[in-house]
Amino acid sequence: MTTLPHVYNGQALPLAKVPELTMSEFRTVVLERIADGRRISSFFGMPHGDGIALLAVLANDRQGVLELCRTQVRDAYPALTPEAPQAHWFEREIAEQWGIVPEGHPWLKPIRFHPCYRKGSDAWGRDKARAIEPCVTDYFRVDGEEIHEVAVGPVHAGIIEPGHFRFQCHGENVLHLEIELGYQHRGIERAIIAGPGQRTAHYVETLAGDTTIGHATAFALAIEALGGTTAPPRAQALRAVALEIERLANHTGDLGALANDVGFLPTASFCGRLRGDFLNATALLCGNRFGRHLVRPGGVRFDLTTRIADELLKRIETTFADTENAVNLLWQTPSVMARFEGTGTVSCHDAAAMGLVGPAARASGVSLDVRNDLPWGAYRAHHVPTVSLPAGDVCARAYVRWFEVRNSVRFIAEEIAALPAGAIQQEPARPAPDHLAVALVEGWRGEICHVAITDDRGRLRHYKVTDPSFHNWFGLAMALRGQQISDFPLCNKSFNLSYCGHDL
Amino acid sequence: MFNALRARIRQGHRTVGFPNRPPVLPERYMGRPQWDATLCRADCDACVQACPTAALTRADGVLRIDLGRCLFCTDCTDACPTGAIGFTREYRMATDTREALVVNDRPYQLAKALDKQAKALFGHSLKLRQVSAGGCNACEADVNVLTTVVFDLSRFGIQFVASPRHADGLLITGPVTKNMELALEKTYEATPSPKIVVAVGACAVSGGLFADHPETHKGAGEIIPVDLYIPGCPPHPIAILDGLLRLLGVIEQQ
Repeated sequence: MTTLPHVYNGQALPLAKVPELTMSEFRTVVLERIADGRRISSFFGMPHGDGIALLAVLANDRQGVLELCRTQVRDAYPALTPEAPQAHWFEREIAEQWGIVPEGHPWLKPIRFHPCYRKGSDAWGRDKARAIEPCVTDYFRVDGEEIHEVAVGPVHAGIIEPGHFRFQCHGENVLHLEIELGYQHRGIERAIIAGPGQRTAHYVETLAGDTTIGHATAFALAIEALGGTTAPPRAQALRAVALEIERLANHTGDLGALANDVGFLPTASFCGRLRGDFLNATALLCGNRFGRHLVRPGGVRFDLTTRIADELLKRIETTFADTENAVNLLWQTPSVMARFEGTGTVSCHDAAAMGLVGPAARASGVSLDVRNDLPWGAYRAHHVPTVSLPAGDVCARAYVRWFEVRNSVRFIAEEIAALPAGAIQQEPARPAPDHLAVALVEGWRGEICHVAITDDRGRLRHYKVTDPSFHNWFGLAMALRGQQISDFPLCNKSFNLSYCGHDL
Repeated sequence: MFNALRARIRQGHRTVGFPNRPPVLPERYMGRPQWDATLCRADCDACVQACPTAALTRADGVLRIDLGRCLFCTDCTDACPTGAIGFTREYRMATDTREALVVNDRPYQLAKALDKQAKALFGHSLKLRQVSAGGCNACEADVNVLTTVVFDLSRFGIQFVASPRHADGLLITGPVTKNMELALEKTYEATPSPKIVVAVGACAVSGGLFADHPETHKGAGEIIPVDLYIPGCPPHPIAILDGLLRLLGVIEQQ
């Protein structure tokens, strides 16, 4: 196999060191690596010369490194998707952003519904004078006398973000679900370019508000890598504590929501409260329940005094005890288990082929966790076991979350007990010019990937965010195949993906 | 069954005493900012420069903080060399006009209750349809939390409903992306009149960080008329609840 330059998670290298391959070399190199078990962490286009550079970041989980390569393209190239399904959403994004056509892509549609970023280009040759209407596009249709279509959204029944779902149904059974998003598109990636500036840290905290710590940590790692700065050990430990509390809050909320969707109200009600108690633990650190303004390049902005540390540990301990009590009811209740087990199954093979990440992947037996495979910061020294279950159903996705809750509580206690002394912030050095940095963080939904590339003056020339939801939305669609349509809310909750994290 | 009952007893009664008792807020909570003219240096505009959303302006020696834009991020307090600007623990911030969301040298005007006729209609039962229009799911989450046992929103007769046709009004989060404009308009039209609109969070109030983005609008007010503004990024659930209860006249003191 051709060797490629690699970086560790949170490391930078000069852009010139990323080899520029011919298209056929690029395809061979990427496809042979995917066949060998590497994953696409990020794959995107950026303006380069008189065309577009396509850049691939491949995660080599076995060796704990990220491999990089690029190629140059003007208008079209032979798509990777037919041979590597996990490329399909990335290639749709490249087509939409840069007007590059991945030829042979089996289902080339926009994903966010915005005009092409490259003037004069459009992958679909759309009329420039006409506004692009969100989710007005082709949909896969099943025809037949007894077939009907159900369209849901953008405005849903609950307090939830907007998206559009189309079900092809035969009676109650779903033959196919197609998910179209884009309603939440705010243009954050483009707004970050030429930074980092005053707003950049705030932008990344709103990429997905429920993952404020996850995205802010990835951004901080990327900027620190570009400047060759390392956050002080105490700051790294506090970031990890905050990230695990974020996981606790969201996993607990999800377990309650899953209980709600099968009509088991005790756990739903208890977890609603407990989730808030975990959010309040984050507020204990920084005053904000979502961890806003805590993580910044160079470190963190709030320290943990001994008194607050004691209070935090006490709260985590009591909230966890109540969570254990609330969640264990699920596994003891046959009517809950009957609805969880065997519902919304995604096989290990499909999960790996689609490139799923996070709890959704681990619940299908794909044993991936950035904290272990490509560790950063505090996780380099302190480990959180990877939880992996083979069943691939709603029950497995619930159970993985519960095991992760237990592991996070243990990790937080250990981390606080061994909290390094010293500063919490070190002024980050200016980003080096013409460099590229990759930062991965295992957020509560899975792998968050930020790629930062600087120009000749050290400003951000390109910034690419891949939220775990970007990998996983298609997994939800696959989970619905052959299911009853009434199980959609349950399956949806078992993934609980981000709309704005996808739409950016 | 017995396990569920035992768990119920163990989990206990968890509803907060608010509004009858003062709320418990985090120790490091950042509430309504305040400005001390006596400490402020006339030749300095460090806070104005530091603000990521241009919430601060200065004219004729008076600092004006637009809470509609404020992220409560403390970038201004970090920049201030004299401590003239700071965040208090004041969670009461909801107003009924966009212009009232201002901290300057005059008293802050909180939202007043609906008029008698509207109060007769909504005072005992207010059904809201929530619309996220580019919200990042932080505002949405802390609106959703009001429906848990902790805040128990239904004890005030307020409920979130699935259809705009069943609603008395809308609660909007997010700056209103261009891609959500039509859906928001249609949802508003589908809500029977008379109706009220609540904008929650810096994005829905002013566009927040995204106010100058071509992909978004500058908040809900650009599309539909707003009756209640609740600032924050995101607002604490208590701040949202306080705003809703002021609108209904449950809380009246300024």
